[in-house]
Amino acid sequence: MTDADGPVSRAVADAHRREWAGVLAATVRVTRDLDLAEECVQEAYAQALTAWRDGVPARPGAWLTTAARRRALDAHRRAAVAQRALPLLVVDEVAPEPWGTPPDDLLALLFTCCHPALTAEARVALTLRLLGGLTTPEIARAFLVTEPTMAARLTRAKKKIAAAGVPFRVPGPDELPRRLAGVLTVVALVLTTGHTAPTGAALVRDDLLDRAHDLARLLRSRFPDDADVAGLLALVLLTDARRASRTDPAGGLVLLADQDRASWDADMITEGRVLVRTALTARPVRRYAVLAAIAAVHADAATFADTDWPEIVGLYDVLAARWPSPVVTLNRAVAVGFADGPDAGLAALDALRDEPRLAAYGYLAAARGELLRRAGRDAEARTALEEAALLTANDVERELLADRLAALDG
Amino acid sequence: MGQYLILIYTDDASHAAMGEQEVGALMAAHQAFGAEHGEALRGGGWLHPAATATSVRRPDGRETNGFAAGEDALVTDGPYGETKEALGGYYLVEAPDLDAALAIARDVPEPFGGVEVRPLRPTVQQYS
Repeated sequence: MTDADGPVSRAVADAHRREWAGVLAATVRVTRDLDLAEECVQEAYAQALTAWRDGVPARPGAWLTTAARRRALDAHRRAAVAQRALPLLVVDEVAPEPWGTPPDDLLALLFTCCHPALTAEARVALTLRLLGGLTTPEIARAFLVTEPTMAARLTRAKKKIAAAGVPFRVPGPDELPRRLAGVLTVVALVLTTGHTAPTGAALVRDDLLDRAHDLARLLRSRFPDDADVAGLLALVLLTDARRASRTDPAGGLVLLADQDRASWDADMITEGRVLVRTALTARPVRRYAVLAAIAAVHADAATFADTDWPEIVGLYDVLAARWPSPVVTLNRAVAVGFADGPDAGLAALDALRDEPRLAAYGYLAAARGELLRRAGRDAEARTALEEAALLTANDVERELLADRLAALDG
Repeated sequence: MGQYLILIYTDDASHAAMGEQEVGALMAAHQAFGAEHGEALRGGGWLHPAATATSVRRPDGRETNGFAAGEDALVTDGPYGETKEALGGYYLVEAPDLDAALAIARDVPEPFGGVEVRPLRPTVQQYS
């Protein structure tokens, strides 16, 4: 008997979505081995499909953790682990819970996944796999690599964690600021990757956006006084509030100018605004607070025409002064194009003409094409938009560019 | 607890160009490092420049004869791999985890290059 859409399957799927990371983190403490922990947790979910037919437990996470840990202890008993080639994960001993503070396994797992001794690609992949519960093919698709490549990347990272002794631990106060910044970078990358999927038929990757949401909330609950954390959660909320309006019923891309602002998620925007206000009071000014503030200016505008572009240019000036990057220059030029007209925007873009890091960045060509079109320089606009269409691997973006090109011809 | 080898990579030419006083200051910095991390240190050494290295390998195309290069080994002047920064010294440390090893590695004095931290396999035969 299967109940693919029945209440038990739904409860298990729901628990997968909500509890995966916590169950895995608690199991890692027992297995001291990431692969074995994953295996045990997967088996626990499979077991739930049958066991929960008699009733879904009141605390599914606790049920799953117990089941996964029991399997982990069995595996240890079978002594397979004793003859393993790889050393065990470094896990601090903790006092039994009635006396000591229960360890924050979830946060420890996040810091392990985002350890600076791993490559940036491995950090985000491991985070999506171990905390997000995404499958290897899902992660591979998000980052434009083949499944075997992604599988090898994950395996290599897990081996390094074990062999090099990357600890399963929340860093101490000395290291925490630096390490937390690394974790925020990973979450921000999950957000941007989900917001506009680099590849594929859909504009948005809902699974990635949901994970960015969860991770930002987790960090906010653990670091309530950190302005960058507040800024990042605000950025997630204010960006994600627009999710429903960014595509039309056929999956086509709807630009910010054309989005139905009434469909933006008002609760997310309200919460995001409050967080931005808090985050912006920190000194020195924090990067994620400024990024979130830009998103908040958009959220504050009742219509696209009401957008306070000079304010947005000012915020990009802050970013450009403290955290200069070609992408910041590009986004600032787009804002200048709306604040002071297309010619001013094109002048601001000129700084990027010979920027090698943007040579294959489709948004530069797209932004130039859009400014040229508004400046009435149709022939040049066509060349730029054609270049942008060649450079994107996202089908929805390519269709929008094709529409723009067709409009130029009309 | 695990052991980590901290390999110090340096630029021999820059090193050779140091004045006597600078060399003295660098030595003092290593002594201070040793005093600071003495409890974790299990060994260490300072190598002569890579120009003094001699490589020993199996001649190209010859079948392995056991695992070693053996009597007809090819002996050549110079380090095994030519790089701008060459291995100049090492410390062997014992640390509970990578974070602790990296904290020690951050303190290694090396003005011209950097260090690499490698975990030792626990099964390797120990010499004393």
